Amino acid sequence: MSAGAQPKHRELGLTDHEYDLIVAGLGREPGDVELAMLSLMWSEHCAYKHSKKLLTRLPTEGEHVLVGPGENAGAVDVGDGLAIAFKVESHNHPSAVEPFQGAATGVGGILRDVFAVGARPIAVLDSLRFGEPATSQRSRYLLEHAVAGIGHYGNSIGVPTIGGEIYFEPSYEQNCLINAMAVGLAPHERLTSAAAAGVGNVVVLFGALTGRDGIGGASVLASAELGEGDEAKRPTVQIGDPFTEKKLMECSLELLDRGLLAALQDLGAAGLTSSASEMASKGRVGLDIDVGRVPLREADMEPFEIMVSESQERMLCVVEPGRVPEVLSVCEKWEVPATAIGEVTETHSFRIFNDGELVGELPVPLLVDDCPLYDLEPEPPTVPLYVGGEQQVATDADPATILRALLASPNIASRRVVFEQYDPIVQSRTVRRPEQADAAVLALPVLSAATGVGGAPIPAIAVSIDGNGRRVAVDPRAGAAEVVYECAANLACVGAEPLGLTNCLNFGNPEKPHVAWQLSEAVDGLAQACRDLDVPVVGGNVSLYNESPDGPILPTPVIGMVGKLPDARRAGQIGFANPGDRIALIGEFNPSRDGSEVAKLHGSAPAGALPAKDVSAIRVAHARVREGVRAKDFASAHDIAEGGIAVAVAECCIAGGVGAVIRLPEGLDPFGEDLGTAFIVSGATEALDGLPIIGAVGGHALIITDLLEIPISEVSAVHAGGLSALLS
Amino acid sequence: MKFGVIRFPGTCDDVDAQLAAARVGEAELLWHGDRDLKGVDAVVVPGGFSYGDYLRAGAIARFAPVMESVIEFANEGGLVLGICNGFQILCEAGLLPGALLDNESLKFVFRQVQMDVVDRNTPFTRNCPPTLSLPVKHMSGRYYSPEPVQVVLRYAADHNPNGSQDDIAGVVNIAGNVFGLMPHPEHAVDPLTGSEDGLTIFESIRAAVDERVRVA
Repeated sequence: MSAGAQPKHRELGLTDHEYDLIVAGLGREPGDVELAMLSLMWSEHCAYKHSKKLLTRLPTEGEHVLVGPGENAGAVDVGDGLAIAFKVESHNHPSAVEPFQGAATGVGGILRDVFAVGARPIAVLDSLRFGEPATSQRSRYLLEHAVAGIGHYGNSIGVPTIGGEIYFEPSYEQNCLINAMAVGLAPHERLTSAAAAGVGNVVVLFGALTGRDGIGGASVLASAELGEGDEAKRPTVQIGDPFTEKKLMECSLELLDRGLLAALQDLGAAGLTSSASEMASKGRVGLDIDVGRVPLREADMEPFEIMVSESQERMLCVVEPGRVPEVLSVCEKWEVPATAIGEVTETHSFRIFNDGELVGELPVPLLVDDCPLYDLEPEPPTVPLYVGGEQQVATDADPATILRALLASPNIASRRVVFEQYDPIVQSRTVRRPEQADAAVLALPVLSAATGVGGAPIPAIAVSIDGNGRRVAVDPRAGAAEVVYECAANLACVGAEPLGLTNCLNFGNPEKPHVAWQLSEAVDGLAQACRDLDVPVVGGNVSLYNESPDGPILPTPVIGMVGKLPDARRAGQIGFANPGDRIALIGEFNPSRDGSEVAKLHGSAPAGALPAKDVSAIRVAHARVREGVRAKDFASAHDIAEGGIAVAVAECCIAGGVGAVIRLPEGLDPFGEDLGTAFIVSGATEALDGLPIIGAVGGHALIITDLLEIPISEVSAVHAGGLSALLS
Repeated sequence: MKFGVIRFPGTCDDVDAQLAAARVGEAELLWHGDRDLKGVDAVVVPGGFSYGDYLRAGAIARFAPVMESVIEFANEGGLVLGICNGFQILCEAGLLPGALLDNESLKFVFRQVQMDVVDRNTPFTRNCPPTLSLPVKHMSGRYYSPEPVQVVLRYAADHNPNGSQDDIAGVVNIAGNVFGLMPHPEHAVDPLTGSEDGLTIFESIRAAVDERVRVA
């Protein structure tokens, strides 16, 4: 049977049951425009129908939260009347089809989410996953083009890309992950809602022209597994135009600064359909939109095409009628096309007109709220879901060989070859760049001659993004919790205390019981860790159906965390700074090898168990590191992560360009992992008073007594070349 | 003294340049559509991606109304500093010789680089030390000129990030009052965010303007 013989609703991704609900809700069969709109609003991407119930388990309240989940981006208070808005979002499926534009528009989309709430974007971070670069030409291609796309967008629009993470695992071979996070700064009073308000107010569409690009992207790409014939889906990938977005951003911020807008919303997945209906739903009002007034890039577009187009760089705002001329003139100043396309009504209906003729009318609640939410049917897998790879290092290899292999492995090697393609310094706030510290640090006030040495403290934020699919695969609950601890540990290393986090849950097909189990367990683990550390979730995104015929991706919750430090001048750094400084190990560290990088090098599958954790010990360790950094007692601080304590110490040596001699505590596995629990710090002897000293900074080699000795030049070269040698 | 910093659509480092200039004098933004330079003593054409740089970098910005006034200002001896995209625009506008080609790597590059100040007798480098550490961040920074040019900055050995001819990082025009460079001095004015070396370029301009005013 050909696809064309199917009922239309099935072609659009709706089940028969869902279609019956629509007919019952409407009291009639939907027309073409209506069905197109409903199929998108009821897609997994827009309705979160397999994840919404789970997400209610996450804690979303905290003393610093200004805006929680539900708006375009969440926001936390950072003092002095300032707010930080932030969110992470996936653009996985588009990037698997066309990595440059997929990644570029992923950045563009998340930036719009942030300035839609009234915040000026001040930073971008990325979390990327690909197949093995050493053996997969496709993965190298995806990496190089995705990185170029991220750089193209972020660099051109003038928002610094200040951090990120990349991991390579075979399960991402067919289904790469591109998660982008944006961070924005706003005075409290500029924070804006997307809720349409004021019956009779005018709806203005501004930004790029509307074309056929990306039609059905959300439903077609993001809500089903990838498979054969994906090249045919290439037209559903949107094309990014950072220059247009730069003007759109400046224009939006000026409109808000002048107090001209009653509501602002960006157009993302499902275009006008989703942004307008969500504005109406949040404001509990109706909307009339005339697609005949929408400026088009291509003539002869059908009304349904205009309603679902995913053309990028567009915004929708609600304006009091008397202020429309001023809004249009600000848009003209920024050379941004703007058109009044509709108005707010009291009907609770979303009515679509085409040059005055009614072509669709849907109750807003039916579009936004009535999509059925599904219960997952989680079942722990009875057979292993993931297999081990080729053995790259013998299990009985000597420790120096293992350390060299770890430092050169694509998951641990220097990311310089990637981050050199990003501008991390534009906007003049960047106090810690990539590889200088475990978290990026951005000054909040504008720096000037007056903020120099001897001036008042310079409040700053720290941002980190993290995830570890291997460890979540070993134990979804403990692994997801570990990601939160690890992110908070990163912040502690620069002296920052967490204020809130955003998450992106990248999983396989939730209709499969073992994926449902991974998802459910991971959400529970995240929720627990958030409570453990008092870090609320202020927003996020779910990306499901990340599967290929070979199976699901590793379960990959990605966490982006924002924290605050009192003085940017006291931000911590990774590198050992002073020969003669002592080195201390802080935290209750119980490393093991299951799910570790060394286990991967030995060819083991991600299986077994993760170390049990003492949450109060984690809190104590994080607080101790934070205090020591803030007091300038610690010249360096680094959390022990992938590759264990040997890799952590090596990274401190590489960043500082100096050697070290350490002696490991009796029985401690040099390569075992226990993420988010322990730290390597250095400082003068008296500054480390009371801490367990394991060594000293100095010399030209990394020496772990009775275990290994490698010259720093070699340690650095191995680390520098591991990833870059694989890329052209 | 007062700096004027031009803002085109797509300019990204305008506020950074304004903040840097404000450390040594007054500084205000000048809109691309206005011909009025508002009596500034020196013009900064900052970095970014004017008009998206979808055509050749700087090729469209040179036609902006404000550039007519900048060209006039330069022809009358006014000091003009072009940074990165600004350098590209000044070359496109004919105020500086040569052109900026795509990087040898064909990739965008961000890097902190060392360079030698080979001419410290210009109004832009008179207060500079013999070497500078400044960040570069660009896609098209490979300087090329078929004719001999007055080189002011050269990347140090092994620090050329883009394959430019003779390691050229910055040049002045024959009259010595228009200076273009690919590295970003405005991003090196505070030890907190990197280095302070770039400040010496703004201090040089200030000193040169002050001296002229005194002479006048």
